[in-house]
Amino acid sequence: MTTATEPDASPGTADAVAREAQGLERLTGYSRSLRSSEGGGTVPGAARRGRPRLVTAYAKDQALLNTPAKRWWTIAALVVALLAPFYLTRDLTLLLSMAMVFAISGIGLNLLTGYAGQISLGHPFFMALGAYTAAVLGGSPGSTTWGFELDLAIALPIAALVPAVVGLLVAPLAVRVRGLYLAVLTLGLLMLGEQIFKQWSQLTGGSGVGRGVALPVLFGRDLSVRYALGPWIIDEDISLYLICLALLVALGVMARNIARSRTGRAFAAVRDRDIAAEIMGVNLLRTKTLAFVLSSAYAGLAGALMSLLVGRIVPEQWNIFLSIQLLAVVVIGGVATITGTIIGAAFVVLLPRILEELAPYLPFIGGATGGGIITIFQLETILFGALIILFLTLEPRGLFGLWYRVRTYFKAWPFSY
Amino acid sequence: MTTFITSVISGLGTGAVYGLLAVSFVIIFRATGVLNFAQPGLLIIGVFFCSYFAVTQGLPFYVSVVLAMLVAALVGIVSERVAIRPMVGRPVFAAALVTVGLFTILLIVAFRLFDSAARTINDPWQLEQVCLLASDTGCAIPVYHNTIARFVISMVVLGLLGWWLSRSRIGLAMRATSLDQEAALAQGIDVGRVFSLSWAIGGALAALAGILLAANGSVVQATDALFALVALPALILGGIDSLKGAVVGGLLIGLISSITSTYQPIYAPWLGPNFENVVPYLVMILVLLIRPYGLYGTKEVQRV
Repeated sequence: MTTATEPDASPGTADAVAREAQGLERLTGYSRSLRSSEGGGTVPGAARRGRPRLVTAYAKDQALLNTPAKRWWTIAALVVALLAPFYLTRDLTLLLSMAMVFAISGIGLNLLTGYAGQISLGHPFFMALGAYTAAVLGGSPGSTTWGFELDLAIALPIAALVPAVVGLLVAPLAVRVRGLYLAVLTLGLLMLGEQIFKQWSQLTGGSGVGRGVALPVLFGRDLSVRYALGPWIIDEDISLYLICLALLVALGVMARNIARSRTGRAFAAVRDRDIAAEIMGVNLLRTKTLAFVLSSAYAGLAGALMSLLVGRIVPEQWNIFLSIQLLAVVVIGGVATITGTIIGAAFVVLLPRILEELAPYLPFIGGATGGGIITIFQLETILFGALIILFLTLEPRGLFGLWYRVRTYFKAWPFSY
Repeated sequence: MTTFITSVISGLGTGAVYGLLAVSFVIIFRATGVLNFAQPGLLIIGVFFCSYFAVTQGLPFYVSVVLAMLVAALVGIVSERVAIRPMVGRPVFAAALVTVGLFTILLIVAFRLFDSAARTINDPWQLEQVCLLASDTGCAIPVYHNTIARFVISMVVLGLLGWWLSRSRIGLAMRATSLDQEAALAQGIDVGRVFSLSWAIGGALAALAGILLAANGSVVQATDALFALVALPALILGGIDSLKGAVVGGLLIGLISSITSTYQPIYAPWLGPNFENVVPYLVMILVLLIRPYGLYGTKEVQRV
């Protein structure tokens, strides 16, 4: 009876093959019929007329710049960021560049910790790897240290590649252990790395001495020379600022795209309940390894840029306090948000400067020589700690969450929700 | 051979203190499910107050040790109430991050208290030695008084604590809470009080461990707080939720780093100075490769 009702189910016909193929597609999740981007046509045109912001498809809802307001604000922010260094003093330009480096590194850490849920205290180790790769490839040789004087166009990509490969080697170990064990394991990685960097003096210049960094030569152009572009004068600090900005935009968009893709959803599934994710068909080993490799590559590039900005790197600077600062970037900015990470990085890097400016008006802050209840450095460290606690207990989504609340309030206005 | 025995004995001394520190982590972890990265802060604050009572106030050493432990316990209770209690029911990773924030705050407080000066704690042992095995040139196996004090005090305290936790009603309540907080609550256990108590014990043990580590005849500084991080590999090695594992892990790590510091400069100088500080992490990584939950840790059973 059943064979009679399904006349074309006999094997061998083209239709059956196509059906089977579709079934396989469904199983692997790649089926065209499941793709949401083509679902937009189902809403009749009459319903959409006059409602420009009516979302008719998942893809549109997930678009990078899905509202006109976002589009305009992004353009405005980019223009301001491009023009800012020409109107700011040299030290402020450097500070903003440093904020962007922290943002790149923080985005990497957020991919691993915020999206994929793997807590890592070893991020500075990968930054150091990137910094030393760039310094060896792009730097000039010292009396004891290596240096090949290559172009930044070669040194920077390899500075991302080397940490990624090391991340790939470490990942199988990190995948085996879970949760808090992983946190301590990555801390161990940081400690081991510090010992290696202190001893390997051809690479790092040795403990307490340090080494010079890559020469600022990009595509054969010496960036330390002053260029004039129309009315604008481009100094070395501005060139570096623009490089950081370009990389931040590219890497930020890339991270955002990863986060809203299949991979990003796999990360979130692993974070929320890894066994459930595995049962749903998410390959745990592959997903966690990918998260590690990606975040290491981001960290490496950030480390290389940081070395270019500070001009001299010592093995001691990649320590647990840098680790805490990066965690502060992620937590204060907002766990599992890219925009939030950028805000958080700006906050963490600019806070000391703001406190410095405020110091004369706050009588309890002592100078570098002492006096007062507390020095600026101590105040800023205490503030980081307090802010980490406050944000985690009161607003887990960080500064981005605060902004989100404001946005939702005005979006729904005059209704309360 | 005598060098080896000397190194083993001093390793057992520091290992016992590591065990004490690791147990302070375990007690907090078992009750609240939080890996407390703020332990170094509690440790250094305990050491400071010991020094304050013993040197500045001139109280007898043992009295000031007890007072310092009380202060550290109090700091632990307050931190738990302010920062950890709101995190109940949230992901473990978030709570661990909160303790990282707590760590930076306590560390800066300690820096302010020490005021960038080195302090002594005026312990009765200083650098005195007893001779375990005499030889014709003098002493073949000298043992420092502080090594004996470290081992004996740590083991006695741990033994008493273990006995009390397994026999008393409060110990039972703590074990019930570590099994299932909601079920414990339903049985009439004041889970909040168990949290406070576990942080108090954790703080007091950290302070005692810090004082024993500082009692080496030299001075102590605020940056010595980071020394407490050595207990982390010991903790992970033994398994994060096992009291027995913490003690075994502590003793193992103490032995390994002591033997390394004796022989590594002779046989493998290229590994560099202070290699004994990273050897615990190396051992920890190797053990985690084979046993992801440490030597005695409970394998996490998850319901999906």
